[in-house]
Amino acid sequence: MRRILAILMENEPGSLSRIVGLFSQRAFNIESLTVAPTDDNTLSRMTIATRGDDKVLEQIVKQVNKLVDVLKITDITDRQHIERELLLVKVVAITEKSRTEVKRITDIFRGNIVDIGKQIYTIQLTGNADKLNAFIETLKHETEILESVRSGCVGIARGDKALRA
Amino acid sequence: MATEVFSGAEMVVKSLSALKVKYIFGYPGGSVLDIYDAIFQQDEIEHILVRHEQAATHMADGYSRATGEVGVVLATSGPGATNCVTGIATAYMDSIPMVVLAGQVASSLIGNDAFQETDIVGCTRPIIKHSFSCRSLADIPDAIAKAFYLASTGRPGPVVVELPKDILIPQNKAHFHINTDVTMRSYNPNVKGHPKQIRKAVKAINNAKKLVVYSGGGVVLSDSSELLTQLVETLKAPTTNTLMGLGGLSGTHKQFIGMLGMHGSLEANKAMANADVILALGVRFDDRVTNNVEKFCPNATIIHVDIDPTSISKTINAHIPVVGLLNVVMQQLLNELKAIEYTPDETALTQWWQQINLWRDRKSISYQQDNDQKIKPQRVVEALYKVTNGEAYVCSDVGQHQMFAAQYYPFSKPRQWINSGGAGTMGFGLPAAMGVKIAFPDKHVICITGDGSIQMNIQELSTCMQYNLPVVIVTLNNRSLGMVRQWQDMVYDGRHASSYMESLPDFIKLAEAYGHVGIKIDTLDELDDKLAQAFSIKNRLVFVDVLVDEKEHVYPMHIRTGAIDEMWLSKGVKA
Ligand SMILES: Cc1ncc(C[n+]2csc(CCOP(=O)(O)OP(=O)(O)O)c2C)c(N)n1
Ligand SMILES: [Mg+2]
Repeated sequence: MRRILAILMENEPGSLSRIVGLFSQRAFNIESLTVAPTDDNTLSRMTIATRGDDKVLEQIVKQVNKLVDVLKITDITDRQHIERELLLVKVVAITEKSRTEVKRITDIFRGNIVDIGKQIYTIQLTGNADKLNAFIETLKHETEILESVRSGCVGIARGDKALRA
Repeated sequence: MATEVFSGAEMVVKSLSALKVKYIFGYPGGSVLDIYDAIFQQDEIEHILVRHEQAATHMADGYSRATGEVGVVLATSGPGATNCVTGIATAYMDSIPMVVLAGQVASSLIGNDAFQETDIVGCTRPIIKHSFSCRSLADIPDAIAKAFYLASTGRPGPVVVELPKDILIPQNKAHFHINTDVTMRSYNPNVKGHPKQIRKAVKAINNAKKLVVYSGGGVVLSDSSELLTQLVETLKAPTTNTLMGLGGLSGTHKQFIGMLGMHGSLEANKAMANADVILALGVRFDDRVTNNVEKFCPNATIIHVDIDPTSISKTINAHIPVVGLLNVVMQQLLNELKAIEYTPDETALTQWWQQINLWRDRKSISYQQDNDQKIKPQRVVEALYKVTNGEAYVCSDVGQHQMFAAQYYPFSKPRQWINSGGAGTMGFGLPAAMGVKIAFPDKHVICITGDGSIQMNIQELSTCMQYNLPVVIVTLNNRSLGMVRQWQDMVYDGRHASSYMESLPDFIKLAEAYGHVGIKIDTLDELDDKLAQAFSIKNRLVFVDVLVDEKEHVYPMHIRTGAIDEMWLSKGVKA
């Protein structure tokens, strides 16, 4: 099952490599990983999307927690939460028809065209992974995708509770 | 004198002094010469010069296992540091507190593939508890204080501190301040067990009809042996120790039913398989204990107490997990047992012990020795037990001799048995014994080893000479990599691929070449006398080379893929 883990850790050299190393060392799966400093510069916040059954998940959470740099880890999947990912995609838009179609699809998905070349559009879209997948599939029917990049998801739990030091 | 300034190298030494370090085990080289110079100019800390950095780590490890203190290693960058890797992994697998100070090339050269540059922090990342890369003078005391704190608290383990050359040199000086009272916001190991879990555990114990206590290395590391004894005497339950936990409950205690696991006693493994409640204390359900996890103790409620949550339900699901320090949790358990006025169910207990005694009567740990036969290795261990009154520190290497030592030398105290259990590192025994001897010069320290293992760090005979470390080395010489050979006999139809030693040195001459005493034992009738002689020689290292029967196998032994109690008792005989 796909799981989203939110991790708060010391913003120090080596912290990221410890997490990444742990996942490969213990044969845990990483679907995506994002990390950046938080509003408090001494801390980094990481979101990891992973897959595994309950037993594996329990081990992942415990093992990550055991890393000396890690302050907190929570699995936000089963809670009310907000999950967002950024997609940038470059598509072929030469003919009038493809240009209108791409624009129309982008509008429906509430994306933005952020750059236009002689023959291409670059589109930006945010949403959860499902929405991004659906967008890409729809685009593929209309035109050719030249390049795409996804940020990996970031997540935050809804409500009053906050993951803080 | 707040105005005084110190070089980084001096800060390293001052930090170690502040942390009450007595010995550093190490080997010099370019990047750490400033530290060596600083060590040379003081006399609080003694440096022990080994002959190979791996041995420095095992020495520090042995020293730590015997004393409970943090073992300290110093090595130069590049090959010096990488030579420590096996020793660090060995300490990591057995949760031994160790701090390894590793030199590094100057900060400006890092990343350039400079001479003797190796990313030691990267190399050791999976086998350490934590590591620090110092980048400035001011980092040094803080990193070292934290390293000691991390190494010795929670689940102990090795910590690496990387020290680039440019922050050690005498040209750079700064004020020195160290805070040895460390706190870290990201590191707060649990101490007390959750009261609800304690109550649940005691309730399960109270309802048990066939309770077994399964105790491990955690009991030894947390110095909880007395509490364990008190606890099992309250429970009156049969108790088994893991290979790492031997001595946790005395091997001569009447409730002790032997070691469990692959080469454990039949009664220990049977008791586990038939238990309705297992009280697991400071253990990790290692695969050498469980055998096939699918078939592991299907009817037991498992109470698992450990300081490390990752050890709980990793391989075997725990029904009642308790996270906390063993000495604290065991006291909590005792208090709760008292609160409910616990007394074991006498009828059930009697029946349970009757059953266990039937398994005991099978005498699974036994061997056959006739007078005209070659010496059996088991017999040598028994003789060692006698000649040392069961009081020696026994350090072992890895192989058949290790299992024979574990089976035939009942350890009455924790920290008396020192072996590489988790990693199974051949070459561990001699340097570990040296570390113990440094800590306890007046005690008998034996290294029980094999003809294979001893050659993995035999160069340390020279260190023993330099520092006068009169350990007694006893080689159970079977002219083969016995444990490998045993598997080849049992699994590979006796094809002995690369498992025997066709060009063994003359160990006696070798010992003598290093300036020590060598004693060869060839026949059974000379065994006891010659061992007595070996132990009567004071202040000289004695290397005892005992020629033992090379055909002997270690029994009992788990049948592969079977349940915990499915065992070979001897060749072709199943339990
Ligand atoms: C460093 C290392 N390499 C290889 C092994 C695999 N191994 C385990 S036991 C053993 C044989 C040990 O031979 P010896 O020291 O003579 O002991 P014996 O089994 O004969 O008593 C080997 C090669 C190991 N445990 N450690
Ligand atoms: Mg051998």
